[in-house]
Amino acid sequence: MKERLQELETEALGKVEKSGTIDELKQVRVEYLGKKGPITEVLRGMGKLSKEERPVIGQLANDVREKISDAIDEKQTKLEDEALEEQLKEESIDVTLPGRPVQVGGPHLLTSIIEEIEDLFLGMGFEIKEGPEVETDYYNFEALNLPKGHPARDMQDTFYITEELLMRTHTSPVQARTMGQKNGTEPVKMICPGKVYRRDTDDATHSHQFTQIEGLLVDEHVRMSDLKGVLQTFARKMFGAEREIRLRPSFFPFTEPSVEMDISCKMCGGEGCSVCKGTGWIEILGAGMVHPNVLEMAGYDSEKYSGFAFGMGPERIAMLKHGIDDIRHFYTNDVRFLSQYHKA
Amino acid sequence: MLISLNWLKELVDISGLTTNELAEIITKTGIEVDGVYEPEDLPKDVVVGNVLSCEQHPNADKLSLCQVDVGEETLQIVCGAPNIRAGQKVAVAVPGAVLPGGFNIKKTKLRGEESSGMICSLQELGVKEEDVPEAFVDGIFVFPEETEVGADAVQLLNLDDSIIELDVTPNRADALSMAGVAYETAAALDRSYELDTPSYEEAKEKAVDHVSVEIDDKEANPYYGAFVIKDVTVKESPLWLKNRLMAAGTRPINNVVDITNYVLLEYGQPLHAFDLDRFGSAEIVTRFAEEGEEIRTLDDKVRTLRSDHLVVTNGEKAHAIAGVMGGAESEVQEDTTTILLEAAYFSPRIVREGAKDHELRSEASVRFEKGLDVNRVAQAGERACELFEKYAGATILKGVAEEDHLDREEKEVRMETEQLNNRLGTDMSTDEVKDILRRLQFGYEEKKDVFNVQVPTRRFDITIFEDMLEEVARIYGYDRLPYTLPNSSQQAGGLTEAQHLKREVKTYLEGAGLSETITYSLTDKTAAEQMISPELKGEANGAIRLAMPMSEDHSHLRLSMLPELLRTHRYNTARQQQNLAYYELGKVFISEDESHQEQPKEVVRAAGAVSGNWVSHSWQQEKKEVDFYVVKGIVEGLAERMGLTFTYVKGEVNGMHPGRTAIVHCQGETVGFMGQVHPRYQKDWDLKETYVFDLNMDRLLELYEKEETFAKIPKYPSVSRDIALVVEEEVSAGDIEATIREAGAPLIKQVKVFDVYQGEHMDTGKKSLAFNLLYLDPERTLKDEEVEEAHNAILQAVASGHGATLRE
Repeated sequence: MKERLQELETEALGKVEKSGTIDELKQVRVEYLGKKGPITEVLRGMGKLSKEERPVIGQLANDVREKISDAIDEKQTKLEDEALEEQLKEESIDVTLPGRPVQVGGPHLLTSIIEEIEDLFLGMGFEIKEGPEVETDYYNFEALNLPKGHPARDMQDTFYITEELLMRTHTSPVQARTMGQKNGTEPVKMICPGKVYRRDTDDATHSHQFTQIEGLLVDEHVRMSDLKGVLQTFARKMFGAEREIRLRPSFFPFTEPSVEMDISCKMCGGEGCSVCKGTGWIEILGAGMVHPNVLEMAGYDSEKYSGFAFGMGPERIAMLKHGIDDIRHFYTNDVRFLSQYHKA
Repeated sequence: MLISLNWLKELVDISGLTTNELAEIITKTGIEVDGVYEPEDLPKDVVVGNVLSCEQHPNADKLSLCQVDVGEETLQIVCGAPNIRAGQKVAVAVPGAVLPGGFNIKKTKLRGEESSGMICSLQELGVKEEDVPEAFVDGIFVFPEETEVGADAVQLLNLDDSIIELDVTPNRADALSMAGVAYETAAALDRSYELDTPSYEEAKEKAVDHVSVEIDDKEANPYYGAFVIKDVTVKESPLWLKNRLMAAGTRPINNVVDITNYVLLEYGQPLHAFDLDRFGSAEIVTRFAEEGEEIRTLDDKVRTLRSDHLVVTNGEKAHAIAGVMGGAESEVQEDTTTILLEAAYFSPRIVREGAKDHELRSEASVRFEKGLDVNRVAQAGERACELFEKYAGATILKGVAEEDHLDREEKEVRMETEQLNNRLGTDMSTDEVKDILRRLQFGYEEKKDVFNVQVPTRRFDITIFEDMLEEVARIYGYDRLPYTLPNSSQQAGGLTEAQHLKREVKTYLEGAGLSETITYSLTDKTAAEQMISPELKGEANGAIRLAMPMSEDHSHLRLSMLPELLRTHRYNTARQQQNLAYYELGKVFISEDESHQEQPKEVVRAAGAVSGNWVSHSWQQEKKEVDFYVVKGIVEGLAERMGLTFTYVKGEVNGMHPGRTAIVHCQGETVGFMGQVHPRYQKDWDLKETYVFDLNMDRLLELYEKEETFAKIPKYPSVSRDIALVVEEEVSAGDIEATIREAGAPLIKQVKVFDVYQGEHMDTGKKSLAFNLLYLDPERTLKDEEVEEAHNAILQAVASGHGATLRE
């Protein structure tokens, strides 16, 4: 029996060796290790053996079975690997061919700028307010200390609809409206982005429609140094941590004192270059302490309450940030312009 | 306003500062500097020469041959100027000289005659033509007789002056004069300045004995002063005066006009000189014009007046539109000998409107409009008299004929040191505040840190505490204010739900492949009234028109955003951009009253337009053109993103394809529409097949409800069944779907069309619609019989409702 088992082993291992496919190998497994296979048969005949021989032959039979099984497994792995290798070779493609394009749109550059500014001020505890684009003369001018006949109305050429209705020339009426809703008691801390309109002929630097963002903070004990601090925080987040700001006297009818804010020029770091016209400074926004007339008209006691306001133009900021030379690009919506600013 | 530094430095000590440093200080303390013009490209080696002789050039009709003494030598120069004469003092560029533009002067021969140098015009020396006195525009410039031969012409003509251009804000009208700028500069630099008091010899004769002044409306004209100046010789002004005018951008005319212009620049007070002999009477009356009254003004135009225009008359006839322009009839001419000099204060509003109505904005009217120093009106007249005496050889009659209603009180403003510090966030001492007031030359009384400031009348812009706050702060220096953050009540900032949703919608649409655009709200009438969403009912009252549009292209407020979006498509299509997908989130303006007197309703909408290929993958030959269902998919996705259910009903919208337009409904109301642009419109606009949508964001934001409760994930399996139904071709899939949902409730969870077929093996006029149905009970496993029962109910319902039969 011993000889028979050894014979079977040699025979089986030889067949395993010869098997060229997984199917052939399966055949070998069934043939030698199956329930009706020769090894099982040998084991069945063990009854005829002596007590001493039985464990020896049993052990041998198991060894042989194991050897064959291992050999089959090993061969199987090898064949599978080879088959996979073959498959991988066949499946190989040209990875340099272009992918199937996914159509993705993106925001308008002005929206990106506006949302960036919104998020900055939201982080400082401001809320966002909106208001009508067709305004009354009262909210656009009178409530902002610009009574009828005020010479400063000339600073803003206005599209009138009727004597009392007009296209808002700035987003400041939203401030007047918001303050008016507070009954002169609650503090206000808001920004208002939106479209505004001026009676201008469109050219590289003028657009009859453009956007503005205004901010307003009214409370007890608001100081001009607070305005300076908030504007510096804004400027550094928006334009870079190393930016310096500078306030210069200016005039707006709704603030007193009024200032313009410049930031140090990014291009030359303040040395003076063509971008900053040699001054080292770039004008970014107008601001000031809310005029007492404006506070009083909105119902606030200007002895007790004070505040600051500021306003800026997203177009100007976008033009400065990206070196855009013509404001009309924002409204022509040339796809070759828009798509440049779709990156996150 | 252009500030000559050569002039300014005679008023204030500005030594030790470069022009740029001075400009920086002026900008930081008060007035924005718009430009700094340093003398550049100056002519070199141009001297004063005396034309000894001037003869006809032997070989050229239009040239002269001159012998010119330039001090060290006498040069022969060929000159082409028509106004060259012997005995003139002229500007000579000697050989070796360089003129602006790098033009080198050399010895040369002109038509056979030697020419050593060039006699120059002002333009050749770099003066702007509009500033050159008319007499010298077409020829060479001639210096006054007494000019020293050989002197440096550049210096004499003040060409080495530096100019600072100020952008004066409306509140700082005081800085529209050299005196104002000098006060401002002195305060900024902490140096001294005071405006000189004019002095001249007065005749014994009194002005009041010659003329009388009468004011009709003291609101419109609170002060009118008339000086009488006799024995005037009208001639050229002295060179220094001309130089100053030219530096300020004013063309010299003659001494009388130049002197009034000079005082305007120096004092900021406009003056007007009438020829008294041509004035027609000795009686000056200012009054409102008669409706339709006419006047011929200095520019030789006849102007018709209205009853709100103020005029200066001789008791009968208007001789000037007050503050705006004088009359031609009493204009000063070469033979004028007696001048009536007006120094007046006219109401800013009256002058502003007069100037606007007659489109005559001038240096004078601008100053009247912005306000004048009440204490400098008559003084400016005196200053002019001083100059007339000196430079026109005139005799000044004693005093002034005037009517005076001006309030000359200095305003008082109260302020406290603590109040200033509280508002500014500073820590100034009372002494520091006092020092600032000293620099500003403001008078004050101070007791226990409380100031009573007497504001000089030249600073009529200062009336309240906040104005003083600004004065103190700007002289203190804005750059010295600390940086603080408001310690006021903290509120948590955040987007409102609507603002958040709008951002979500944008993100969705961009992810769906559309790019955001921003178009104009103002468009032409036709575009403004096209493609209006049915729920807006905006057509009835039409688009709102601007009172005075700049152009018809931007004259009406849009009722729909689509026409402007399509304009964008047209623009890009014309530039070979093939596949376009845009959206805009913006407002339309609906007038709720016919007459457009009320503020319109502003509705926020999300609109989009798509054309070209939606999918285009060239080398795999995969291509899909945009069609109705691409855009519908985008709209459906938006509804899903907002947790809303839209239904679509075929409908018609002006400008849209009548067979390919769906009105979009949500919770029983119309919220917009979508579909294909009308082919006629596409053709007119050179558009490819374009599909659009337009949704009422305001309504959708209101219909939106934030779902808070968690819907359990079903534990039990669903059962899927397919059915193919044969129906008449007009029957819509949407109607059948609705019937299926109704009949299959509550087990039916999903109904999906997966095939639409028409053609072979189908009867004409019929189509097959195949649906996949999904049944589910979230609480237990469905039994076959239950599904069968529901399924049969559905089949019955579609059969009776739509005549649908099961496809064999």
